[in-house]
Amino acid sequence: MPDNPRENTDRIYLFVCFDPMPLLRKIILSLMLWLLAVSGSPLSAALGHDHPTATRYESITDRSFAWPTVDEWVRVLTLRDYNTRVVLVGTTLLGIAAGILGCFTLLRKRALMGDALSHATLPGIGIAFMLAVMTGGTGKSLPILLLGAAVSGVLGLAMILLIRNLTRLKEDTALGIILSVFFGAGVAVLGVVQSMGKGHAAGLESFINGKTASMVASDAQLIACVAALVVFFCVALFKEFRLICFDAEYAKSQGWPTILLDVVMMSLVIVVTVIGLQAVGLILIIALLIVPAAAARFWTERLVVMLMIAGLLGAASSLIGASLSALLPNFPSGAMIVLTATVFFLISMFLGAERGVFIRWANRWKFEQKVRRQHLLRAVFELVEGDEIGAGTPAYPISFQDLLAMRSWSARRLSREVGRAVRDGLIIETYAADRKINFTQQGFREAALVVRQHRLWELYLITHADIAPSHVDRDADTIEHVLGPDMMAELEALLFTTGVPASPHKVETQALPGH
Amino acid sequence: MLESLESWSWALDGWIIAAGALCAAASALLGPYLVLRKMSMMGDAISHAVLPGIAIAFLVTESRASLPMFIGAAIVGLLTAIFTEWIRRFGKVDEGASMGVVFTGLFALGLVLVVQAADKVDLDPGCVLYGAIELTPLDTTTVLGYDVPRVVITLGAVALLNLTCVLLFYKELKITSFDPALATTLGISSRLMHYLLMTLVAITAVASFEAVGNILVVAMLIVPAAAAYMLTDRLSVMIFLSVIIGIASAALGHLSAIMVPAIFGFGSTITAGMMALSAGVLFVVAALCGPRHGIIIKLIQRRRFAAKCLGAPH
Repeated sequence: MPDNPRENTDRIYLFVCFDPMPLLRKIILSLMLWLLAVSGSPLSAALGHDHPTATRYESITDRSFAWPTVDEWVRVLTLRDYNTRVVLVGTTLLGIAAGILGCFTLLRKRALMGDALSHATLPGIGIAFMLAVMTGGTGKSLPILLLGAAVSGVLGLAMILLIRNLTRLKEDTALGIILSVFFGAGVAVLGVVQSMGKGHAAGLESFINGKTASMVASDAQLIACVAALVVFFCVALFKEFRLICFDAEYAKSQGWPTILLDVVMMSLVIVVTVIGLQAVGLILIIALLIVPAAAARFWTERLVVMLMIAGLLGAASSLIGASLSALLPNFPSGAMIVLTATVFFLISMFLGAERGVFIRWANRWKFEQKVRRQHLLRAVFELVEGDEIGAGTPAYPISFQDLLAMRSWSARRLSREVGRAVRDGLIIETYAADRKINFTQQGFREAALVVRQHRLWELYLITHADIAPSHVDRDADTIEHVLGPDMMAELEALLFTTGVPASPHKVETQALPGH
Repeated sequence: MLESLESWSWALDGWIIAAGALCAAASALLGPYLVLRKMSMMGDAISHAVLPGIAIAFLVTESRASLPMFIGAAIVGLLTAIFTEWIRRFGKVDEGASMGVVFTGLFALGLVLVVQAADKVDLDPGCVLYGAIELTPLDTTTVLGYDVPRVVITLGAVALLNLTCVLLFYKELKITSFDPALATTLGISSRLMHYLLMTLVAITAVASFEAVGNILVVAMLIVPAAAAYMLTDRLSVMIFLSVIIGIASAALGHLSAIMVPAIFGFGSTITAGMMALSAGVLFVVAALCGPRHGIIIKLIQRRRFAAKCLGAPH
């Protein structure tokens, strides 16, 4: 937790209201349009047309494990093989597109939507295959299969929205129902396809398991088109997507077509899953949609930065995973890509600069340290002050036993805290007859500030929050550590206008004579 | 259409339905809690994530014995729930996303391990997905003088275990599902109940895995419970209805697996898929015709209310 809640709200405010430089946006937009326009033909030229090299391993059941030689490293890393080049380009582009799109679905709290929709494409693939075969085709035509997948994905999406809006079931149940029922239907359709006995249904399995290693240039081109499309939509609808991610209700009240925007976002998810199904398989495309985005969230509080990091992580996982799979025998590329992404996720989760586990622990520890210090200073100050009022003369130094009675802290903890304060030059300790404690000049100054904060907040609670004076001490105790300087200034101004109310701490001073 | 049933034999088809119904009953007992706790996707996540457990058990024992695989898968299934909870709590990641990270990661790990084991065992991913419920009657053991399929015994035991736990911890599961804070003040650990439920889901998923495929268990964990939720407001009734709907969709599924493709002139299809689809059909019926929360009754009520607002004299 950050020390200062106001600072935090400012940051959130920035997060919502930050507008990327219009120039940058224009450049990316035109770049995407250009990519969209050119990705059709010249990509294959860019990829080159070497002859596909024969695989090094004769049989898939070959379990002998050999580290790749330096020569093989060089071949893969310099993209010398045509196959490797196609696979790397294809999966990397897919990683970028899925990573960027994943950010929006993650922030919309729909991370598992990709899971449900990718399962929902299966019956469409099966039915498209059957129809193609019945009308005399081979059934292997990729566009027809993808069209079938997309239609059934959209149908699944519509059903999810219907279940969520028309019944009292929650979104997670709607996702689960569509996922399992559609996939069951898909399995049943595939069963029928197999019983047709035409023998060429085998290719359909690749939609479940993926066939990354045998990707060809036309697949990579298709992925490039889709990636460009996704990035184009994400840039063009950046502001709208951000709005529905962070405050859909507000967006609706402002007249934005939130349902339409949701449908566009989810359609992009369907497009990416349908393309990704072939490339990396069913489960693994789900991972690409979730994991890089979730990892990016640990590094930043700004959406633009998050999109970039997620795209980068998606690309890096695909690149590394696919290279590893090309280098090592018996390591399927889809699975290696997901494992790489998972490793990135774990690293980000612990080391993430903004929301990582370690940084949050460190901040929390620092904050607790500060609170303990302020508690000590205020306790000492109140003792000193009470003595001063009570006896008429300052009764420094105060005894350790008196201090111990001020709060519910153990003697050991108090000793440790006093020791720390002594080292920092805020308090002097003397051991004459018993243990005595006194402020240094600097310590007194800091303690006065702390006490002042505490009392100003008490004042606010009494006059404005209608809290009973007997309760304000506890309440102020929890908030005084996080008051910012501008809040203090406001409270001071309040002091001048309302005047000082009676002190809520009468207990110590009332009974004393001469007061 | 009916002639496709000519090859029907109770000795074969009866056992297939029995296996499906037991899987459905075991899952449908737990389903209502998953739906009420907004954890419907957990069944899906766990049933995917158990793959590395199976692969590791195989690589360690070098055999295809069921027990080590069962234990390995159940442990990994429980780990899925634990990891999801950790990532959600320590990483402050949205529940769905943390589930997605965990189960895809574990599945990928499992896939790599399965490929390593590929030359020694036939772990067919297709078999994992759809199961081989049609082969149920072929693998039998003798119990009390009868030949009973092994799968039916396993699933029966799991269904019994689930029933016992649900009856034994009915009160605790109920209160932790609806009001975890109250449960804590009453001295019932909601975390313990959460992990108990997750353990049962993992065991059910793993037991059904080999027999009927994970698609059926995922469907039976959610769909009958969701259908029952449309029909009643009482938890006990909901569990009862959920089990009934589960069993009904198992029977309906097997019948339609034989009969529906025949209408179009094809042979029979994969039973597990049709069972899931039948559950979906029953859900749609329940969602439309539910007595209090059904879509049709809601529409009528809304119409009536609108008419009353507009036209009724005061």
